[in-house]
Amino acid sequence: MNLFTTFLLSLRAMWRHKVRTFLTMLGLIFGIGTVIAMVAAGQGARESVADVFRAMGTNLLIISNGSSSQGGAAGGAGSRYALTWDDLAALENGEVSTVRWVAPVLATKTQVASEETNWNTSVTGTNGAYFKIKNWDVAEGKLFDDDVGPAKIALIGKTVATQLYPGVNPIGQPIRINGQPFEVTGILAAKGQSAMGQDQDDIVIIPLKTYLAKLDRGAGKYITKGQIYVSTNSENDISRAEQQITELFRQRHNLGPNDEDDFRIRNLAEFALRQKESTDKITTLLALVAAMSLLVGGIGVMNIMLVSVIERTREIGIRMAVGAKPLDVMTQFLVESLMLSLIGGALGLAAGAWWAHLMADYYGWKFLFPAQTAVIAFLVSSGIGVVFGLYPAIRASLLDPITALRYET
Amino acid sequence: MSTPLVEMRGISRTYQMGDNLVHALRNVSFTVERGASIAIMGTSGSGKSTLMNIMGCLDQPTSGEYLLNGKDVSKLSRSQLADVRGKMIGFVFQNFNLLTRTTALENVEMPLMYQGIGARERHKRAIEALERVGLHGRHHHTPNQLSGGQQQRVAIARALVTSAPVIMADEPTGNLDSRTSYEVMAILQGLVDQGITVVLVTHEADIAAYARRVVTLRDGVIVEDKTQEPAKAVAVG
Repeated sequence: MNLFTTFLLSLRAMWRHKVRTFLTMLGLIFGIGTVIAMVAAGQGARESVADVFRAMGTNLLIISNGSSSQGGAAGGAGSRYALTWDDLAALENGEVSTVRWVAPVLATKTQVASEETNWNTSVTGTNGAYFKIKNWDVAEGKLFDDDVGPAKIALIGKTVATQLYPGVNPIGQPIRINGQPFEVTGILAAKGQSAMGQDQDDIVIIPLKTYLAKLDRGAGKYITKGQIYVSTNSENDISRAEQQITELFRQRHNLGPNDEDDFRIRNLAEFALRQKESTDKITTLLALVAAMSLLVGGIGVMNIMLVSVIERTREIGIRMAVGAKPLDVMTQFLVESLMLSLIGGALGLAAGAWWAHLMADYYGWKFLFPAQTAVIAFLVSSGIGVVFGLYPAIRASLLDPITALRYET
Repeated sequence: MSTPLVEMRGISRTYQMGDNLVHALRNVSFTVERGASIAIMGTSGSGKSTLMNIMGCLDQPTSGEYLLNGKDVSKLSRSQLADVRGKMIGFVFQNFNLLTRTTALENVEMPLMYQGIGARERHKRAIEALERVGLHGRHHHTPNQLSGGQQQRVAIARALVTSAPVIMADEPTGNLDSRTSYEVMAILQGLVDQGITVVLVTHEADIAAYARRVVTLRDGVIVEDKTQEPAKAVAVG
């Protein structure tokens, strides 16, 4: 008997027992469905976490001044002047090969005002590289680059835009920063909350030179109230870059082997990586639990197939009497459990995608359909069909035709 | 002289039942010529069912040789036996043994599936077979929508469809009333006239009367083998 006929035959047999077929599939639908939903949800959650970190900056290292220590009392981070503009220049000149972008970030809290109203916000002075590091673009207007010099222009975040210019397009509007007149040339794309819960859109960004000229003259060669943002070429370079910068700066600051660093490097990528790892772990755990339910579904298939073989003993006898070989009988039952599993798997896939979609909506994650997992789940379900269908199928094929024909249902 | 269709030489069949060895057939030898009409008679436990099972390649002898159409089938594998059954033998059973929830046409087509015959050809031959047993307009009825006589006709059509040279009918009228029995016997006699070998297994003398040759078994041994002028069943309607 050819395989196509066998497929038709098994479809027909399944159709004759619709309710039982559906109930058997239910185990697989839930099994596959939960696996898909869990993995999709896990990936969605991870992606959402990754987004938060991406908003903070890609492959980001933040270098800041270390703490001073006078008479045994530590002054806290940034209390010591150690970073110099020359340090910055050294990074910008490519003395650390793994570093791609370098941006000085100086910030202060100050009052800003439109013609109507005013607001207290953080004003940042930086250069064009900053936007690359932070993956930040404008929603309207345009970014500035390093050619602007000490221009009196300002990019404002969404929050500042709503506070200062309600109902007005802020582009081209005057803005007073610390009493100085500026012009709004761009509105930054909304970034939402940072991983630490700060509103990243409550910000005004102006060119570094303007900042230094109008807001904070600084302390000569030192970068005082600021940090250096550095991004590396790739994720894998981060630890090396951290090491290289440490070495370079220790050397530049003439620190002896027993001296402590007079600067601090924060590695956000590592933090992000740990976050990712923990979401991954949870995803794996959930998928494992879901896989258990898949196994239970598979055992359900075996159960029903065994019942089916017993129930259809007479049918098997008849088929054998008219010329069905043991292999034909085995194939018939194997194909039937395979079809059960495949159709159940397909339905489970759809159900899983739907659940994942609901969850993503509810928790505000991204909806990601895990194509790879879907393929694996599909293969697993057909595997289940074969593995759990094999024993009942073999039992069917070993039946003695005479006994089977005499079997009373 | 051509080889006989069925040739059994010293066939024995024993079963192990607990500690007892049951001898169902003891050293049975006999032949069936092509186109024969033969009834195997005997009471329950006489060995007639065992003989039919072996003859129909559903079972194999413990010892002895069985040549079907000149070919030794007593040592074939299960799979090879199935093949021989499919091509050489058509079965008709007392309880019809049709597949439930399956139409008459599908039931008749089934043996052809196992010979790898395409759907169109299967369909054509199944319809022909159903017409041969006089079952018109009921091709798409399932067994529970058919009377006993009609079900048995479907079963005969299923036995015919493969063009097997032998039809083995095991108490074919056991579940039928006498009028319907008569009709079924008429169909079987008609097949004999068309050159098909029909082997009847029965314990009823009036059914055996329709056969030309009657072989009687008792305790696993052939006790009588006679030829007679068969009673004539005429198809009604």
